[in-house]
Amino acid sequence: MSESTFVPAFVRRRSFIELDGRARAQSLVDEGTGKELVGPFDRIESPWLPMQGVAPQADDGCVVIKGRIAANPAVVISLEGAFQGGSIGEVSGAKMTAALDLATRDSSAGIPTAAVLLLETGGVRLQEANLGLAAIAEVIASILSLRRYAPVIAVVAGTVGCFGGMSLAAGVSSYVVMTREARLGLNGPEVIEQESGIEEFDASDRALIWAVHGGEQRVGTGLADALVEDSIDEIASAVRRYVLAGKPALHRSEQVRLYRERIAALDTSKQIDPPTLREQWGLRDSQGGAR
Amino acid sequence: MEIIELDYPAAKRLITKRAHVGVVGSGDMEILLEPSTTGGAHVSITTSVNGFREAWKSVFDRFFSKFDGAASIQINDAGATPGSVLLRLEQAAEVIEQ
Amino acid sequence: MSEQVGLRGRVWFQALTGNDQPRTGDPGSVLTADAQERGETALFLCVVPNPDSRFPCVRDGQVGLEEAYALATRIREAIDDDRDKPSAEKRSIIAIIDVKSQAYGRREETAGIFLSAAASADAYASARMAGHPVISLIVGHAFSGGFLTHGYQANRILAFDDAGVTIHAMHKEAAARITRRSVPDLEHLGHHIAPMSYDVRDYAKLGTLYRLLHVNNPIEPTESEIVEVRQAIADAIDDARTGTDDLGDRLNSPAAKETRKAGRTVRTLMEEQWVAV
Repeated sequence: MSESTFVPAFVRRRSFIELDGRARAQSLVDEGTGKELVGPFDRIESPWLPMQGVAPQADDGCVVIKGRIAANPAVVISLEGAFQGGSIGEVSGAKMTAALDLATRDSSAGIPTAAVLLLETGGVRLQEANLGLAAIAEVIASILSLRRYAPVIAVVAGTVGCFGGMSLAAGVSSYVVMTREARLGLNGPEVIEQESGIEEFDASDRALIWAVHGGEQRVGTGLADALVEDSIDEIASAVRRYVLAGKPALHRSEQVRLYRERIAALDTSKQIDPPTLREQWGLRDSQGGAR
Repeated sequence: MEIIELDYPAAKRLITKRAHVGVVGSGDMEILLEPSTTGGAHVSITTSVNGFREAWKSVFDRFFSKFDGAASIQINDAGATPGSVLLRLEQAAEVIEQ
Repeated sequence: MSEQVGLRGRVWFQALTGNDQPRTGDPGSVLTADAQERGETALFLCVVPNPDSRFPCVRDGQVGLEEAYALATRIREAIDDDRDKPSAEKRSIIAIIDVKSQAYGRREETAGIFLSAAASADAYASARMAGHPVISLIVGHAFSGGFLTHGYQANRILAFDDAGVTIHAMHKEAAARITRRSVPDLEHLGHHIAPMSYDVRDYAKLGTLYRLLHVNNPIEPTESEIVEVRQAIADAIDDARTGTDDLGDRLNSPAAKETRKAGRTVRTLMEEQWVAV
């Protein structure tokens, strides 16, 4: 009689980060229910990149998959971090907004349709500058429109993270799921070092980077909702949970009084100590422990 | 930025599926492979790296020496090596033969 | 451009409201006031430089944590106050914009400036969706995260047409460095790639502006120029009231039909494919 072989969880765990944007989106919808919309074979590419000698991508770095999650209608919008840093241009931005608006239309007509945003992005695509910025303003507007009816779930898994104008998209989402590797912030370390000096932020200090922007810190301070392992199963499970939870009673970005008071209470005479901020702002979960 | 067009009229076998592989990351490329409408195979390469027409032709001559499908192949390239191009082509061919 | 960013904002806030002091409890960088526009109440908001800010990275007119939450607070007060009024009586929300950028600081990142910016955008958009006409008047600079926080959620956007007005995603010097070009080369690129341009008249080609306004010297406007700008704002309010409460009108403007064809095609195609699933 042979003994069963013990296979440790970390061996069995399938990495989400190793998947490209399309595979990530596909991994989150119920099997057999996903259909890609305006995919690469529709060939709606950036008109602006070839003008600047940059090779375009047939889906412009944004994958939209409509399907079901936990049997509920949903749409997954996934940014490809490996293409132009996941940055938003005219076309990729339009795909996001169009998908969100169609989900809103269905939702307001009685078919609540959740949106899952896989945010692997540095923000505006510089080669499309003002069209990228305008597109991001429109994405933010469309999220705010949809979240009145159905949850908008942002997932920041890494390795690009979610920066620039798209961090506002995470900020207005109903729920934010992050891995430890992931980072979320308006300005990345290099930009802060460039604009405000190395004393303000040493972009080579990796410990500092994750202490400020990393998933554990963001969830620990209540600025994101769930900290998950880099595991397809865990991320899919968190997404399903939030789809089933529906829209929250109050969104984080509506809690103006709470956050205004928190900012007023900060001692700005020196830098903020990240662990201290976790103690001050951190949420307790239902078991009583700090997240 | 260069656009390179190549034709392989001898590749006439009817194919019915399409395949998409790859991401246009730095040093990488994507392939869109579909049934051709012209009877033979046609390749169109959009690349941000100029001056490598011969290298591309070499890769595709080699690919089509074994693959005879009447395919329309679109490539968006940001500097992939010939070796990785061939690998991706073989991946795409595998997808449509399944 | 040698004049300091933020000067125009204060000048125009004062010209349009008669006010130039922050309300009690608000930071020195945020000016808000209810003022009368054609016998109707309108809430005006402006972010200006505050050299005495508690936050060291917010002293030249950047939009930081305090600024964003103050804006959000005042807008939400207006939404609450007008909640039971019919649509036609909800006060207009008018953002006067001359902001250098968002704040670039470690305190800001640690304390979640992404969320404060989101909260302000949320407040503006909520006002719009509640039926308040939201109008943005760009009198100087409107960059990146600063503009997303303060102004880009408006129903209608107006801008002055002179060289002191720049709307963009990144300052020239930084953009030139990242794209490895000289500043003159970058400016030249903008001449034939409209979304890259630093010229507001090229920005107008993208179709998001309601109107370009001409004022001879925006730092010292004449009385008649102020009257004209007031009228343009009034026109924008009226136009906003006839439109939708989302940002859909932007893609349907005549200019957008020319410069945002790919984006428009995406919408049409996605709708076709969505219903077929």
